Amino acid sequence: MNQYIESFKATLRDSDQRKGLFNDVKNLAVNIVRFAIIVGVCYVILSPIIGIFVNSISSDRDAYNPMVYILPHNPTLERYQLVWERIEYLPTMAKDLLYTVSLMAIQILVCSMVGYGFARFEFPFKKLLFGCVVVMIVIPSHTIMLPIYMTFKDFDPLGLCTLIFGDSLNLMGSPIPMYIMTVFGCGLRSGLYIYIFNQFFRGLPKEIEEAALVDGCGTWYTYFRIMLVNAMPSVITVAVFSLVWQFNDTFYAKLFLISEDIVISNKISSLQATIANTDQILDTTIQELYLDAGIMLVVLPIVLIYILLQRHFIEGVERSGIVG
Amino acid sequence: MSKVKTKKMTLVQKRMRSGYMFILPWLFGFLVFYVRSLIMTVQFSFSELTMDPNVGGYALESVGFDNFIYAFRAHATFKQVLTTSIGNMLVDVPLITFFSLFMAMLLNKKFPGRFLVRAIFFLPIIFNSSAIQSAMELSEAMMSGGISTMSSELSSGAGTGAGAVVSIDYFVDLFMDLGLPMALLDYVMAAVQRINDIISASGVQIIIFIAALQSIPGSLYEVAKIEGATGYETFWKITFPMVMPHIITNVVYTIVDSFTESEVVTLAYNTAFKQFNYGLSSVFSLVSTIITCVILVVVVGFIQKRTFYYN
Repeated sequence: MNQYIESFKATLRDSDQRKGLFNDVKNLAVNIVRFAIIVGVCYVILSPIIGIFVNSISSDRDAYNPMVYILPHNPTLERYQLVWERIEYLPTMAKDLLYTVSLMAIQILVCSMVGYGFARFEFPFKKLLFGCVVVMIVIPSHTIMLPIYMTFKDFDPLGLCTLIFGDSLNLMGSPIPMYIMTVFGCGLRSGLYIYIFNQFFRGLPKEIEEAALVDGCGTWYTYFRIMLVNAMPSVITVAVFSLVWQFNDTFYAKLFLISEDIVISNKISSLQATIANTDQILDTTIQELYLDAGIMLVVLPIVLIYILLQRHFIEGVERSGIVG
Repeated sequence: MSKVKTKKMTLVQKRMRSGYMFILPWLFGFLVFYVRSLIMTVQFSFSELTMDPNVGGYALESVGFDNFIYAFRAHATFKQVLTTSIGNMLVDVPLITFFSLFMAMLLNKKFPGRFLVRAIFFLPIIFNSSAIQSAMELSEAMMSGGISTMSSELSSGAGTGAGAVVSIDYFVDLFMDLGLPMALLDYVMAAVQRINDIISASGVQIIIFIAALQSIPGSLYEVAKIEGATGYETFWKITFPMVMPHIITNVVYTIVDSFTESEVVTLAYNTAFKQFNYGLSSVFSLVSTIITCVILVVVVGFIQKRTFYYN
């Protein structure tokens, strides 16, 4: 013990070593503070999720027991069983994922094309048109919701539908309007994706394309086989964003009255009423527990996809030049 | 022959044509869905719109400024909802911006478990759905142990029930005794109460800032270190100016985002699709959009003047 104190005193005497010790202590303090902040913020983010999970597995008695905290005494899977049946989980989720993933693929294709067009080609009014992309990001989508609703309620482009079907089409209730808007680069947050792709393509070296051109590669071939492959980081970024946002989107789903069988988050909104009416569970507190189980089921696939992609996603975000 | 035809074009013209080909789908969509819709919204707001369910389509009857006058003079909640939304936004924007910059700087350092922490930080982007959000708020309240404690807490007023909860009033009194201005205290209190909203709204902003921090050349920091700059100086002389352009991006994103999720949107939606007053709904949308744009222009102009561009 004594020799430690001696060596400590020696350390303090030597000014260089003293500085080193001071720095060590400072670093330690900084690390502790950083650790505390990070753990705290992580807790704030995670606590509602933990809460939902705990609620979804606790039994009726646990729900009213004030002693129960985080660990339920009588865990049960009964909530999941009932909710699984009531929301017809597998078919609905399959349809929803099909809808979301197909929209995601269209978004990636269209937005990367437009972004590439803006990044690599010179044409008149380019600045002005790119300004329009920014306008698209900035204008809240509720400004244009009514006209879009009208357009798709009596869908009759150039009188074609009247010509073929004898009347204008009412597309409300089907996902077709969402597909049409996405194909024309005006889907959910398309402006942002165009911006991301544009920034990324601008950062790629021009020599790749020049080499392709010299080797006799056409513009479209260059884009599909060379540029899109090189744009993998931003493709993954946009893929995750569009997947998640499309899956969670309730604005367009509500606007186009898209059927509950396709958009599962709409089904969650009515789940509590379904449980109350069909199963005669009238205690609202218990209904909430079922709702929590439903939410766990709904976010499950998205969380799985996120966990699978997150490493690429975060690296992609860092390299994709999301900011330019 | 088509080959002769294409040969007549210069390379520049050819590139120009392919450029237009690439953006064509978007250009068409923009004209149809945005430009046309904006014109229609303006048109709707000046007229009374009646849907004809039998024939399909709608009839417009011009009423001049009646809708605007009604919205601002007679409507029960519009003005209040609008001012609350703007107020919330003004509180949130600086908080979210600085919080996300701070978190991005923390996360940018290398430490064990970095990937796990980052994955957790981006979770709010995933849970960004209204149905999930409301359930989450509920479960958050339940986290304080059983549902019965929650109800007792609610009945005895937020913050004072349940012994485990730290009494905020005590600290407020403490700081008031220290002579801190009440306005500042109110702001901090509002921020603390909304901490969850702020964290869950700043996922994308943190990503943008992390990307920005990574794009700062390391040589700048090396020079600063050699010249003997402290961490504080390094932040204000290097990090902050370098991320300044991205602060604009983030502020724009936050303002737009907070307006898309504000009460005004709900009000406009309900007015249109529950009360079928399309003209009034267009007025709500239009007014809120114009206000957003004015705020954006003012804020961006204000920051841009003070921004340093590296290139």
